Amino acid sequence: MSEITAEQVAHLANLARIDLSSAEIDRLTIELGQIVDSVAKVAEVATPDVPATSHPMPLTNVFRDDVVVPSLSVEQALSGAPDRAGDKFRVPAILDEE
Amino acid sequence: MAAKAELMDYDKALELFEPVLGFEVHVELNTKTKMFCGCANEFGSGANTNTCPTCLGLPGGLPQVNRQAIESSIRLGLALGCEIAETSRFARKNYFYPDTAKNFQTSQYDEPIAFNGQLTIELESGRQVTVDIERAHMEDDAGKLTHMGGAAGRIQGADYSLVDYNRGGVPLVEIVTQMIEGAEADAPEIGKTYVAAIREIVKALGVSNARMEEGNVRCDANVSLRPRGSNILGTRTETKNVNSLRSVERAVRYEIQRQAALLTAGGTITQETRHWHEDTGVTSAGRPKSDADDYRYFPEPDLVPVAPSRAWVEELRATLPEPPAARRKRLQADWGFVNLEFQDVVNSDLLDVLEATIAAGAPAQAARKWWTGEIARLANATGVSADSLVTPVQVAALIELITDGTLTDRLARQVLEGVIAGEGTPSEVVASRGLAVVSDDGALIAAIDQALASQPDVLAKIRDGKVQAAGAVIGAVMKAMRGQADAARVRELVLERAGTAPAESAE
Repeated sequence: MSEITAEQVAHLANLARIDLSSAEIDRLTIELGQIVDSVAKVAEVATPDVPATSHPMPLTNVFRDDVVVPSLSVEQALSGAPDRAGDKFRVPAILDEE
Repeated sequence: MAAKAELMDYDKALELFEPVLGFEVHVELNTKTKMFCGCANEFGSGANTNTCPTCLGLPGGLPQVNRQAIESSIRLGLALGCEIAETSRFARKNYFYPDTAKNFQTSQYDEPIAFNGQLTIELESGRQVTVDIERAHMEDDAGKLTHMGGAAGRIQGADYSLVDYNRGGVPLVEIVTQMIEGAEADAPEIGKTYVAAIREIVKALGVSNARMEEGNVRCDANVSLRPRGSNILGTRTETKNVNSLRSVERAVRYEIQRQAALLTAGGTITQETRHWHEDTGVTSAGRPKSDADDYRYFPEPDLVPVAPSRAWVEELRATLPEPPAARRKRLQADWGFVNLEFQDVVNSDLLDVLEATIAAGAPAQAARKWWTGEIARLANATGVSADSLVTPVQVAALIELITDGTLTDRLARQVLEGVIAGEGTPSEVVASRGLAVVSDDGALIAAIDQALASQPDVLAKIRDGKVQAAGAVIGAVMKAMRGQADAARVRELVLERAGTAPAESAE
């Protein structure tokens, strides 16, 4: 059974700056628990001789040359922004830092 | 604003506590493009001009590692005496703050590119301190926030903030030290000297523009105090935003004094981020370390590991320049400067231009005198760096004109002004402004005779052996020559003429 608790979900929501109602927290606790349980099934088939990996492809050193390519235009960059001021993104006051 | 904290006298604080330090220095690499995308790594062409789906964290954006940034990171790691990882990977450091549009910073966690280094620094007293480097890892920089409304530029009370993502995604190397113990009263100087050494190394390597005032090198200073006789570490604070060498020194000293006063009064230190305020010279409390540091790192799924072959590492090691500390020792010996003279050059950041000026033929002392004197003065007055005013070759040419007697120091200063004003080489300025020393004795003698004739009392005094009286005549002659005469030669001639000039004035 999953060990995801309502407290963990509330904590994550707080970190992610997502305002969840207690009903939503209850629902997500169950759903996230199910997801974690499903993923945990992998552990059942993994044997000690399969080394842990963070990437499915056996590749290393995939690099790009240090060459400038065109960027988005300022208008394109800002087109998805909820709010802007001049050429900058405008975001709500950040009160809980510093 | 930050409340004024109680501070304990520094010496008293040192009597009661042992300071323990740690530093995190972020170095912005000067690659042409960002760490994970081909957007230009440059500022100045307007906000949000260098962004793309990858650095804006838009759906579908995929990071691609900049080879040059990897090379620069490996070279920096090697210069810090680090081992280079056989395999290294990136990790996501998750946090939600508008300075990163991705909602995570692409950093390194359990497999940094470089680790286990050492850097030995030398304090002004000659004390050598070896700082152990825990790791140097790669990551991308955040965007730049501007807080609007409320108190000017302050985050508290701001109505809203503006974001420019041009800096978002620029490659950084973060250099993390081990705990530095035994610093004692030298703690502030160790901080300053360590950061200066890092700055010097990245500059010598050419991997960063290394300008602290522009944030190319940024320091977070960790300070904790251990009560004398105790072996339990104190709670540390991490002071951010310390962006000049002087600030590093001041911030460390301030935290020692603040923490000592608080602990002695029975208080406790909160483990927190503190902000350094350059203007008021104090630190203020930031966020507590607890929950915001729950970054939930995990391996970056969009990037494969970096596994530098040993051959590649050795190839890069062969490109390392002479270590700056060794180079300094060599240059000081070559130039024959006493410590004070040499420190002056180093502190004014004039080592490179001095070396180039001397290579262009100037005597070392003359090169030092001009760069740390008149040129530095003019640079300070206009708020630019000395090496942006004139080139080493121009300075060497100027010094040669003094050496060969074409210019006096006074005239040379005028020529220097002309060179800075873009009027050409020193020789061209001498010609166009007509500034050469009048070395024609005939013209000098005429002026001297006239001056002697118009000051018969002075002439009498000189003849009486009161040689100091000659000053008045020399002054008059220099004035008549509009300064374009060699004062020593004028003096010689005045004494000579006084001995031979007619006893009565011609008038």
